[in-house]
Order: sequence, then structure tokens, then C-alpha cells
Amino acid sequence: MSAQSYTAATSVDEALEAMATGARPIAGGTDLVVGARGGKAPLPDALVAIHRVSELRGIREQEGGLVLGALATHADIVASSSACELFTALADASAIVGSHATRTAGTIGGNVMNASPAMETGGPLICFDAVATLRSASGTRRVALTDLFTGPGRTVAEPGELLTELAIPTPKDGTGSCYARLEYRRQMEIAIVGATAVVTLDGGTVRDARIAITALAPTIHRVAEAEQALNGSDASDAAVHAAADAAAGASRPISDVRGSAQYRRAMAAVLTRRAISTAITRARGGRFPIPASPALHGAVNGGAA
Amino acid sequence: MRYDATLKVNGRAYPVAIEPGRNLLSVLRSEVGLTGAKEGCDDSECGACMVLLDGQPVNSCSYLALQADGREIVTIEGLAGEDGDLHPLQQAFLDQGGVQCGFCTPGMLISAKALLDRNPSPDEDEIRLALSGNLCRCTGYSGIVRAVQAVAEQR
Ligand SMILES: Cc1cc2nc3c(=O)[nH]c(=O)nc-3n(C[C@H](O)[C@H](O)[C@H](O)COP(=O)(O)OP(=O)(O)OC[C@H]3O[C@@H](n4cnc5c(N)ncnc54)[C@H](O)[C@@H]3O)c2cc1C
Ligand code: FES
Ligand code: FES
Repeated sequence: MSAQSYTAATSVDEALEAMATGARPIAGGTDLVVGARGGKAPLPDALVAIHRVSELRGIREQEGGLVLGALATHADIVASSSACELFTALADASAIVGSHATRTAGTIGGNVMNASPAMETGGPLICFDAVATLRSASGTRRVALTDLFTGPGRTVAEPGELLTELAIPTPKDGTGSCYARLEYRRQMEIAIVGATAVVTLDGGTVRDARIAITALAPTIHRVAEAEQALNGSDASDAAVHAAADAAAGASRPISDVRGSAQYRRAMAAVLTRRAISTAITRARGGRFPIPASPALHGAVNGGAA
Repeated sequence: MRYDATLKVNGRAYPVAIEPGRNLLSVLRSEVGLTGAKEGCDDSECGACMVLLDGQPVNSCSYLALQADGREIVTIEGLAGEDGDLHPLQQAFLDQGGVQCGFCTPGMLISAKALLDRNPSPDEDEIRLALSGNLCRCTGYSGIVRAVQAVAEQR
């Protein structure tokens, strides 16, 4: 581990000042420190710890939506009734990150800025039209999550930019959502394939469908063809299948020790179908456990380990 | 360069001077001198290094010691009472066969304590989920789960 200098910021301004001279932020360290210990990348030379910056904490409701501070942890998100009610797919995602210890240390800001194509919350945030606020010593800008990721581990953020919060607009009435991941075990897992569905129903008709795929391309992204297959439909099994096949068709998976590209593509259709069906169930007011993943895959009790 | 910090461990303050890259586990074991928390994987996978930080479980092998400056840390040494009486979870682990080689035990007990602190009456599934970040190569887990259940039922 190579870090030479360390400072613990107590305000956003202090953090930005350190970042302007080259320091990299550290929040929970569950990506940064673990990556360094695993030999993936050494710790940055200069670190600015942001865990004491109270302005970056918490989840608050504001006119028209929810604001997640960059330091909101996965445990905070799962404990938020607004997040579970309105942004169920996001709660599905945060609830399956690592173990309980990972979820109490790991933050949404770190999850997003680490920009792994297999990370959990990206699909839900993109489908819910989340907007990130990026601040640097020279100004503030807002970037839609859908434009944030540029490749594995890469975002449009400049080195001196700190993610301060994520704003998510309240979905329209009649919306249900789900994030589902293919996992070989329930916890301490990395998504082999992930799918997000956010579906707004008007009577029996799909008014708006958002579908995103995870761990199936260099970045997490929405699939327009899958959304078109659902929009205007009666949410029938045929429409759901067509959308799921479109999602699989748009995937460009890799082969690795966790699964071949062919297997991932086949599972892309299965996971997308399950995510859409559950989103529709929820949009109709039906209850489905959070997190959806273990229950969806047919395990006992909503999923014994 | 080294930085001064104060680690508050099991209610006692320990002044330390440490490099930025040092992990909390190594400082607890080498500088503070408490070797109860173990290094299994050094990579956040096994949970042998679990300690409580401000009441929440954290994998201390993968947490920067400087980030714990001034915060409340509880290690396995902090579970038993002043007079050496075992914590109910420690006693239950012994009674139920939850300990064999003992290497995972400090981390298991910390995760189990954190669970009962946030949910005093977990069911079996909740116990297994809460301990999913702790690996045990000996017991097959059933004694551990029984021990946590036994304490939950006493409450
Ligand atoms: C055992 C284990 C299991 C895991 N399982 C999962 C999983 O199932 N799903 C999943 O998605 N992830 C998983 N992770 C990864 C990780 O826990 C999450 O991505 C977590 O949300 C990262 O947050 P953090 O605060 O710890 O980030 P850090 O490690 O502190 O930071 C990560 C990166 O983001 C940057 N950063 C942090 N905050 C900001 C900010 N506000 N502005 C700008 N840059 C910032 C840092 O400089 C660093 O590059 C796992 C990790 C571990 C150790
Ligand atoms: S030593 Fe920390 S998780 Fe294994
Ligand atoms: S008792 Fe040996 S690892 Fe658990």
C-alpha cells in the first residue's frame, strides 16, 4: 500500500481543497482499500477521507423526489422506507451488496464512482433518472447517471470532482420496479448478470418501461429495444418475453471464471424476464420481498443460504 | 509520514502514530497489542478480523486505521465482563459446539453481537444472513447458528 499523505476533511470545501491538489477521496474504503489489498491497484499517494463530512450524509425527501447524500450507506438505503416504497429496485440492489459489514461501511457515492460494470445500484439509478451532483474547487455540475459511466472503472468526472449527492425524481403513480441479479450464493457475491426493470402501468397498459442490464457490457446501460417491446403493450407474457430477448440480444458479455459469454447471454433473458415480471407485480400493488433476487430464484424461505 | 491518532478500544484510549496505508487490524494487533481479532484472508472475504466501529461491524483488515481515529472500537477482548464473566454469546458458542479451532470465533462473535444489537430476536434465516461475511472451515455452522438462536431466545 503506497499512500503517503492523509487528511480527514470535515467539510465539502476542505475535501475539494485537498482534491484540487491531487488527493483522492476515500469513503468506506470497501472498494479502494480492498482493491489495494487484493493487489488490483495500489492506494493513491494522497488520500482525503470524507467519512466525517456531515453534509454528505443521509437520505432526505425534497420536493419531487429523494436526495441521497454521497455517504448514504447501503444499510441506510435498505432502512429508508421512502427508498423501499418508491425506489424498490434500488433497495433490492443495496440489500445484496456484500455482507452486513460491507453495507454499513460501503456508500452509494463509492459504489457509483468506482464504476464497476457489475455494481448493483447503477441499473436502478439509471432507470430512475438519477442525477449526480459533481463539485470541484472550480464549480458544480449535474450529470445524469445515464451519462456518467464511460467504461469499466471510468466516469466523466474529472480527478478533482467530488460526488456530493444523487437526486432521484419520484416515479409516476402506477410504477413498480425490481433489480435482480444472478448469484451463486446470496451474500458476498458479485453479479454474474443483473437486470433492472422500472415499469409504469396505466390501467392494463404499459405507459413507460425502463430496462437496464448489468455485468453484460463495459458499462451498465438501458436497452431501448427491450423498452419498446413493452411500451404500449398489455404487459402480457409475450411482451415480457420479447423485452427479455431484446435485452439478451443487446448484451456483450465477457467469458470468465464465473460464467461463459454464452451462459451470461442466456441468463440475461431469464434475469430480465424475472425483473420485469416482479416490477409489474409491484406496479399492480402486489408485495414481493426485498431483496427480490433470492426469492426470485426459487430458494426456500425466500432463499436459504 | 506517520500521523497521530487515538484509537478508543474497548473503552480505553490508545495513542498511536501510523502511516496512512496501515489497516486497522494490524494496528490493533501490533501497536495496541490486542490479538483477538484475526487475519484470515486480509481481503474482506472471511470476517476473522471483524470488530465493531461505532457499533457497526467492519472488516478491520480492509479499513484504514486513521479513519477510525477518535471512534469507538470494540474487539473480542471487549465482550467479556470486567470480572472475566463470559458474554452470553461466548458461553452459548461453547455450550452449543460453535467453536472448534477457534480462528473464526472472534469475528463470528462480533457479527453475532452486532446482529442481536440491531435485532434481538432474529430467526434462523436472519442469523445465517448476518453471519454470511464470516467463514468457518471447521464447524459446519450449525453449532454457531444454534448458539446465536439460544441467546436470542433467552432475551
Ligand atoms: C466483501 C465485499 C463485497 C462486495 N459486494 C458488492 C456487491 O455485491 N455489489 C456491489 O455493487 N459492490 C460490492 N462491493 C463493493 C463496494 O462495497 C461498494 O461498491 C461500495 O458501495 C463502495 O463504497 P465505499 O464507500 O466503500 O467506496 P470507497 O472504496 O471509499 O471508494 C470507491 C471509489 O470511489 C471514489 N469515491 C468514493 N466516494 C466518492 C465521492 N463522494 N466522490 C467521488 N469519488 C468518490 C474513491 O476515490 C474510490 O475510487 C463489495 C465489496 C466488498 C469488500
Ligand atoms: S482478514 Fe479481514 S476479512 Fe479476512
Ligand atoms: S472454528 Fe475453526 S474456522 Fe471456525
